[in-house]
Amino acid sequence: MSWLRRVATVALVSLLALGALWLALRLAGLDATRALVALWDGSFGSGYALTSSTLVRATPLILTGLAVAIAFRAGVWNIGAEGQLLTGAATAAAVGLFATPAFGALTVVVALAVGALAGALWAWIAAYLRNRFGVLEVISTIMLNFVALYAVGYLVRGPLQEPTHIYPQSEPLPVLAQLPRLIEGSRLHWGFVVAVVAAPVVWWVLRYTAAGFRVRAVGQNPSAARVAGMVDVQRTTMGVFLVSGALAGLAGAIELTGVTFALYENVSPGYGYTAIAVALLAGLDPLGVLATGLLFGALEAGALSMQREAAVPAVVVNVVEALLVLLILAVARWRGGSAILARLAGSGSGASGDDSTKAGGGGAAGRGKARPGAPPASGTHAEAAG
Amino acid sequence: MMGGAEEFLAAAVRTGTPLALAALGETVVERAGVINIGLEGIVLAGAFGGLLAAGSGLVAGFAGAVVAGVVVAALFALFAVSMRADQIITGVAVNLLVVGLTGALYRGIYGATGAALTIPTTGTLPIPLLSRIPLAGPALFDQAPPTYMAYCVAPLLAWWLYRTRSGLALRAVGERPDAARAAGVAPASVRWMAILIGGVLGGVGGGMLVLSQAGTFAEGMSAGRGFIAIAIVALGRWHPLGVLAAALLFGAASALQFLFQAMGWALPYQLFLALPYVLTLLALAGLAGRRAVAPAALGQP
Amino acid sequence: MTSPGTAPTTLLALEDIAKHFGRVQALADASLRARPGTVHALLGENGAGKTTLMRVAFGELRPDSGTIRVDGNPVQLASPADALARGIGMVHQHFTAVPAMTVAENVALASGTRGRFRPAEARSRVMELCEEVGFTLDPGAIAAELSVGMQQRLEIVKALARGARVLILDEPTAVLAPAEAEDLLAMLRRFASRGNAAVIITHKLHEALSVADDITVLRHGRTTHTAPAADTDAEQLTVAMLGESGVATPQRDRDEREAGVDAREVVIDARDLVLTDDRGVTRARGVTLGVRAGEILGVAGVEGAGQHELLRALAGRVQPTSGSLRIPDRIGFVPADRHRDALVLDFTLAENVALAGAGAARGRMHWPAIERRTGELLARYGIVASGVRALGSSLSGGNQQKLVLARELDGAPRALVAENPTRGLDIAATAALQRHLLEARDAGMAIVLYSSDLDEVLALADRLVVMFEGRATEVPLDREAAGRAMLGAA
Repeated sequence: MSWLRRVATVALVSLLALGALWLALRLAGLDATRALVALWDGSFGSGYALTSSTLVRATPLILTGLAVAIAFRAGVWNIGAEGQLLTGAATAAAVGLFATPAFGALTVVVALAVGALAGALWAWIAAYLRNRFGVLEVISTIMLNFVALYAVGYLVRGPLQEPTHIYPQSEPLPVLAQLPRLIEGSRLHWGFVVAVVAAPVVWWVLRYTAAGFRVRAVGQNPSAARVAGMVDVQRTTMGVFLVSGALAGLAGAIELTGVTFALYENVSPGYGYTAIAVALLAGLDPLGVLATGLLFGALEAGALSMQREAAVPAVVVNVVEALLVLLILAVARWRGGSAILARLAGSGSGASGDDSTKAGGGGAAGRGKARPGAPPASGTHAEAAG
Repeated sequence: MMGGAEEFLAAAVRTGTPLALAALGETVVERAGVINIGLEGIVLAGAFGGLLAAGSGLVAGFAGAVVAGVVVAALFALFAVSMRADQIITGVAVNLLVVGLTGALYRGIYGATGAALTIPTTGTLPIPLLSRIPLAGPALFDQAPPTYMAYCVAPLLAWWLYRTRSGLALRAVGERPDAARAAGVAPASVRWMAILIGGVLGGVGGGMLVLSQAGTFAEGMSAGRGFIAIAIVALGRWHPLGVLAAALLFGAASALQFLFQAMGWALPYQLFLALPYVLTLLALAGLAGRRAVAPAALGQP
Repeated sequence: MTSPGTAPTTLLALEDIAKHFGRVQALADASLRARPGTVHALLGENGAGKTTLMRVAFGELRPDSGTIRVDGNPVQLASPADALARGIGMVHQHFTAVPAMTVAENVALASGTRGRFRPAEARSRVMELCEEVGFTLDPGAIAAELSVGMQQRLEIVKALARGARVLILDEPTAVLAPAEAEDLLAMLRRFASRGNAAVIITHKLHEALSVADDITVLRHGRTTHTAPAADTDAEQLTVAMLGESGVATPQRDRDEREAGVDAREVVIDARDLVLTDDRGVTRARGVTLGVRAGEILGVAGVEGAGQHELLRALAGRVQPTSGSLRIPDRIGFVPADRHRDALVLDFTLAENVALAGAGAARGRMHWPAIERRTGELLARYGIVASGVRALGSSLSGGNQQKLVLARELDGAPRALVAENPTRGLDIAATAALQRHLLEARDAGMAIVLYSSDLDEVLALADRLVVMFEGRATEVPLDREAAGRAMLGAA
């Protein structure tokens, strides 16, 4: 029942946002209808668009969306999925480039595992700074995003650069380090299956295990978790940081071994940031992330086709995403949707339709966090410092 | 060597100024108990607003930057204050919106490739006498006008926050809104005002990127400065003068590459780009126990 | 102005005030007249509507009907600002100072938000105001670091700074040691003697009789008695407060029980405990005590005397800095702040029940079993809820507290520690909670009970320990002795 309502809300809000886009394009004197048709064609319009664009694009969004959702539900404001994703991508590239002879057919599995581990490690830095020094993770994870971005920039011009030393990117990975196709002739790879499986697993863990229950309790009320539940809050948040980082790192490793095959600076068009919108729209529900990840994957895939077919800049998709978030906040404010959304939107808890044991939440505790826009082009950075 | 040091200091101040302006605005916002992650979007909007209005002159350019910054700030305040939505989420959405809007408008107005248009900049305005102090003179007093604005704004804000009753009221809102309410202060109004001030200063900070430094606009040109400014506020311990110093320190870390180049050291430039972020993390860790300094109600709707 | 030339006979008059919240009629026909030069006691049981009436007087609540007069003139009070402009100030039970600011800054903030703030001027203003009413308060001290008594003074100075002629204090002596309370009441007398009026809300008969000039009694939102204290006796007040068939406090059978207890096993055994809070301040030292099965050890002390930290340590919630502490593996704990420390309001009741022991849980959560157990607890403890899947926030305060107690008593742990378990509850809920505690004791549980209401501790405890400045002293179950020990006088 609450499910139906949530789906209806997201659908309504999506229609509103697309309507606003259509109107704005009309006012700008563009062929708005053609643009929306192109958006559809490029996302769901054909089997090829669906499998090779939308689902491919949705894969990292689902995984990073899960990373954000689980973190926010524990009151861990991990804005660093982007950096963790980049770390995962970079280490997966290193494994593929240097360790393929050693691992042979297992290389791709090792690359994914190492990528997840690296993402967890990157998140651990923020967790350590929070637990040991009280540094707000909002600030530290954003800082770490930039450090990761520059580290990748260095790697692709240094140790991992292709042999001719002309382009700032790595060599393509050997075939053994690449994820196999899920459907021959499409770009869809097995990483999508990983994402689709990960969502219900995260959902199940949060709902049916003691560890997941601790995560939810700490997110909802860390003080009660500690005093009434005798939960080790620091240990729980540390675990959440690690799992969240691992999911984002896995997203990066999958993107590298399944889509780009080579490491370069712009390997992520801001997946880790979009993930925040994906998770929010899903009400921080892991199963919902599956749906909203798909929605955002379709939007971003369609935006590229919109740019090709109707000369509408693909960045407008950011506007649509932002409108989705703002509208959902507004709707939750006035209608009091799910408990989580209502709290994030400020209308408090109360009479929510959430069924029993899964009334979990977003984290009223630690506040003070962020989300960046698109990652800056390195050129601008050089300019900035110059 | 001398030239290198001078250039280093000048670059430190130049790089630090936009950060200082944005961070000073955010200081006011956070003192009122609001964390505005949308600052990144405000800076970017300021840069774009500056570009749009620059055709009518530099003053108009800065006015455009301020208007753009304030509009974005108002959108944030509408959700984060009036609707009491989560501040982080709202900030994230605002940033996304500005990235998309400026990107689309820029391409729409100036062409798909984003023609390499160049507009005149303010240049530097040396202050008589002061700018002739050896070493520090040119670095501090041969700068673009917004730099001098930052010099003035910091002590002015400090005076306001600590030596006026309205400043007292603003800090009370950031510490304990119900206490402020009991004293007859309306927390929502105070927060709105603080956020708009943050919009003005963030807008100017963004505007000067275009109007005083680059002379052009690039998509995503704020390049994380809004986020860095938020970190700088914490580094400066939420005090305007501390924040100004922290911003210049951050500028210095960014400008280290000039010093090193002058000394003939060849290191990967990404190292220098990453350095300020790493230093910020270390500094924040070094300020352990600083939670006591942060406004107690920071981030609470 | 009524009859110019003569002093008005009432500074503040509340006439026939009615106020409802939802379906609850908080005030039905409540009246009170505060005369200049007097201290007025507003007496009543918890939930009688005392605070509601005073919040109406302070402009925080708009009455449904009735008249408010200041100096005899009818007024509309739309906000506390209105009330303050007319010289009505209020000191709430929950203080409203800004913790991070100094006393001087807090007072300046309270007295206007325009113009300059001059620290030196603000400091001397505080000194002046303190002198007027005859107490001391350091204007440069940070509010967060003041003792509770000093924080209360700060609240009073804030009201005076805004020109209060009528000062309303909500249960001002509840947080004070008896001697501090005497100082406060002397200060109020002095304030009143300048032609002002003070109204103190209290539920203590003897306090009202000993300090007030006038007494008004509320019961179920109606004024049941109002007269000068000199014309009133305790019997009349009791009837006015409780009705003819007053609610009896739980009868104790201490005398019959005492014989057996000494032979029972010591369940909680603490020796030479030193306790430090999260800021590194030592809050208790040299605490040695034991609690036997089947007894209630009462703890008393003024706020901040170290009992908060001691209870958490005895409950195994914090580690002592040094000393030896032996407690059972499982121990129930009812913390003082149930919303912050005991319940997750957005969790279901079943989830809240599962919260106890969550830290040690492994593997899967068996929700059907947990929900069944929750249902049993709801039935056994008479908790009114729409079901085990209702959210914690949907329960009333009394039912929330019953749920906490039910959860902590569930599975019969050998010991229970409770901190102010009945604070803020109505009479019925308080009585139920006290009954459950006594039953658990009779079933052989070792219980440590702290209450800021000394009378409650005296009524329930078998033995009494008083905390003073971090040290624990066992004293006889006697109001006199306990009161002296709370002040450090042996």
